[in-house]
Amino acid sequence: MKIQESDAKSLLLARGLPVPAWTVARTPAAARQAAEAILAGGEDKVVIKALVLVGGRGKAGGVKLAGSADEAEQVADAILGMNIKGITVQKVLVAAAADIIKEFYLAAVLDRKSQRIILMGSAEGGIDIEEVAATRPEAIIREAAHPHLGLLPWQARRLVFGMGLGAHLKDAVKIATGLVETMLVNDADLVEINPLAIIREAGPDGSPVERLVCLDAKVTLDDSALGRHPDLAAMRDLDEEDPTDRIAREQGISFIKLDGNIGCMVNGAGLAMTTMDLVKQAGGAPANFLDIGGGARSDKVAAAMALILSDPKVEAILVNIFGGIARGDEVARGLVRARKEQARSVPMVVRIVGTNADVAAQILEAEKVATAASLDEAVSMAVAAARASAGGAA
Amino acid sequence: MSILVGRETRLVVQGITGREGEFHSRAMQAYGTNIVAGVTPGKGGSMALDGSVPVYDTVAEAVAQAGANTSIIFVPAAGATDAVMEAALSGIATIFCIAEHIPALDMLKAVEVVRRAGATLVGPNCPGATTPGQAKVGIIPGSIHLPGRVGVVSRSGTLTYEAVQAMTDAGLGQSTCLGIGGDPIIGTTHLDALKLFAADPDTDAIVMIGEIGGTAEEEAAAWAAEHLAHLPKVAFIAGRTAPEGKRMGHAGAIISGGSGTAASKTAALEAAGFRVALSPTQLPKLLREAGYKG
Repeated sequence: MKIQESDAKSLLLARGLPVPAWTVARTPAAARQAAEAILAGGEDKVVIKALVLVGGRGKAGGVKLAGSADEAEQVADAILGMNIKGITVQKVLVAAAADIIKEFYLAAVLDRKSQRIILMGSAEGGIDIEEVAATRPEAIIREAAHPHLGLLPWQARRLVFGMGLGAHLKDAVKIATGLVETMLVNDADLVEINPLAIIREAGPDGSPVERLVCLDAKVTLDDSALGRHPDLAAMRDLDEEDPTDRIAREQGISFIKLDGNIGCMVNGAGLAMTTMDLVKQAGGAPANFLDIGGGARSDKVAAAMALILSDPKVEAILVNIFGGIARGDEVARGLVRARKEQARSVPMVVRIVGTNADVAAQILEAEKVATAASLDEAVSMAVAAARASAGGAA
Repeated sequence: MSILVGRETRLVVQGITGREGEFHSRAMQAYGTNIVAGVTPGKGGSMALDGSVPVYDTVAEAVAQAGANTSIIFVPAAGATDAVMEAALSGIATIFCIAEHIPALDMLKAVEVVRRAGATLVGPNCPGATTPGQAKVGIIPGSIHLPGRVGVVSRSGTLTYEAVQAMTDAGLGQSTCLGIGGDPIIGTTHLDALKLFAADPDTDAIVMIGEIGGTAEEEAAAWAAEHLAHLPKVAFIAGRTAPEGKRMGHAGAIISGGSGTAASKTAALEAAGFRVALSPTQLPKLLREAGYKG
């Protein structure tokens, strides 16, 4: 689960890491108020950033500076409501604009290949790290944390010296160690600081001092661990969750909406992806990825059908079930029930094999549901049905 | 014994008295798997599966008294990694973990314990393994198999069944069918499975089924190019139409930063001498074209 920058920063603060203060504003007036307070504190400028769970907001115009309260209000007004990669911006983060001396990159990631938490650091911060990794891999320094011991202090020191942060050794070691701690404590997959920055600010006596701070933060949490972190589960941003996705999540159905017109209902993630691929290959377009999960009961089948039909673009439905834990007859009964309850009629092709497939076939035959024996046959029938359905509507 | 499971398997079922544990234990026993023990803490001394299998409180007892060498874990996610570590540190050589939704950082720790103990973990979030005609350890329907000499390894559940059914329908039997699981952190990778098949005198050809996310298929392909050049090899990759950045059901099935795409996996496999099918139903035909005579 992705969380917003503001929530990610609060997780870093909870580990005692240096994060400059921020305010979240949902209206231009609230952004103005936040800016006034920051400017009254002696700052020259504020930065206003769109809070969205997609990358590339800077390039999309979702990050702007403002030098006065009036300007902050105008900038916030422009950013709020802006569409960034399909997401409507509903809130902004307001903070003092930092006087940046140098930017770095630092992240803790769960590395599948080495099966370790890896800390990745680079002196080339503030930019696209994937580009650095592709073009200048030697510019990225890595340290692997031990699964049981975590990141040891000497490893943190080696990383920090390697990044050229020796002048800020103590703070940098604390941040490096803190990132791994943040990951472990919160069951995160990724804790990324980009940029980690040396900034210039006014010291206690008014003279400028340098300080290492986390200027941005990105955290993704392990969905499988949210059950033991109710506080983190509450960070799910419902502003950005499609209502259909919410229903699917609550029903325990894996559902991802796509652009096509053939709704798919499948048991198993790999088979669900394969079914989509085959629909595309046969000249059709899948409307969704949908995995009803193992041991699907008839009520879950009905819920899945409702999810598929909530997309007005769907013109045919393809059901592909390979019974193992899931029983074919249970799915067939659910389909029959769902068809009686459904609001609109769409052609449906059903292919059920495996456990109790024979009983399923009898149930479907009695209800005159179109069935197919093989996967390839089911796919071509569904593609033809969608074409006929689309043609009829035109 | 083909790989991982076979006639030598002496199975202990951790969680044998639970609903899932009992249901699948009956199916495994009916297939001919030698279930020697069950473990349910607090139910030691009782008998399971109609009096045919003794239940112990600990895995250590199941090893010492019943001679268990393989374990399957039907414990829900919250207790699954503890069960894995108990098995590994009680002398079990091969451990299958079926549960889904285990936190990745828990599995990271458990995998390290298993490795240190010198044991093999398969899963989690996997359907297990079957050596047709000998033993089935897991939840793969027994009816889809045919004994033979093709090794099958896959990250999926039902997609594996689809591929195995296609093989069986075409008369191509399997040495062992192994589901390694769809999670990001797993005990046995595609590469590990290929190494096991390479060392197995009963396996003459390879079917590898992968999906988007991570680079495990690419790593396995690179190794196969060098060490499995002599074997007919075919593959299928699910997720050609999956959008980037979305988790496709499996926790590990996600394309991130342009890495882990079906295209990159297909290219790596083809470069390594695999014939890559566009549908699981094409696998038998491609295997024949690759020179498999079995």
